[in-house]
Amino acid sequence: MEKIYSEEKNACELTKVGSDTVQFLLDYSKSLRIVGYKSFKFETNLN
Amino acid sequence: MNIQIEDSELVRDYISGDERALEILIKKHNQRITSFIYSKVLDRDITEDIFQDTFIKVINTLKKGSYSEEGKFLPWVMRIAHNLIIDHFRKNKRMPKFEGNDDFNIFSVIGDDKLNAEKQIIKNQIDSDLGQLIEELPDDQREVLIMRIYKDMSFKEISENTGVSINTALGRMRYALINLRKIIDKHNIVLTD
Repeated sequence: MEKIYSEEKNACELTKVGSDTVQFLLDYSKSLRIVGYKSFKFETNLN
Repeated sequence: MNIQIEDSELVRDYISGDERALEILIKKHNQRITSFIYSKVLDRDITEDIFQDTFIKVINTLKKGSYSEEGKFLPWVMRIAHNLIIDHFRKNKRMPKFEGNDDFNIFSVIGDDKLNAEKQIIKNQIDSDLGQLIEELPDDQREVLIMRIYKDMSFKEISENTGVSINTALGRMRYALINLRKIIDKHNIVLTD
């Protein structure tokens, strides 16, 4: 039976983002505050 | 013992202010989401960028309280990532990115044809050395060579200006070049950049 090989064999590669990216997201989350006033929502980032 | 906490529970904890829940969610789905993005864009750096943008949207939505529990968390995140991948390809289509490689250098297209400072200095030096070498040639040969090379005259024009036949002018040019090579060899002069 004919075998069909994908042209993009690396497409199935399992990979993860680096710890720097994860840490950035965690820091971003910690710094983000959403303040609501009436129907408005304000985003503030604390450094 | 490894306890699997449901995504919905983690999302609820995160919305309630537990930042640790987000870390668990990211680490839990890191491989799946990253592999999905990478399978589409096939570039590590772009994958990291899209992953980051995806979770920034997730964080913003969760913190704003706009997330509805109707769907499952992972398919929702995957959908955000999918939309950002589409955005990425749309953006690249509008602004194609050229990357140089061994076969093609973008600066061969967009660069100007001026020599850089170093090459200009070398060229000036070669021109100056060559001028001195030409001075060493016999008068008749030097005259033809200057007319041909520096004044860009045809051999017909040279013959008319010097009063010799075209064949003689050609012969003088030939001997001028032979003699120049001899002088260069004799003095071990290198005239390359």
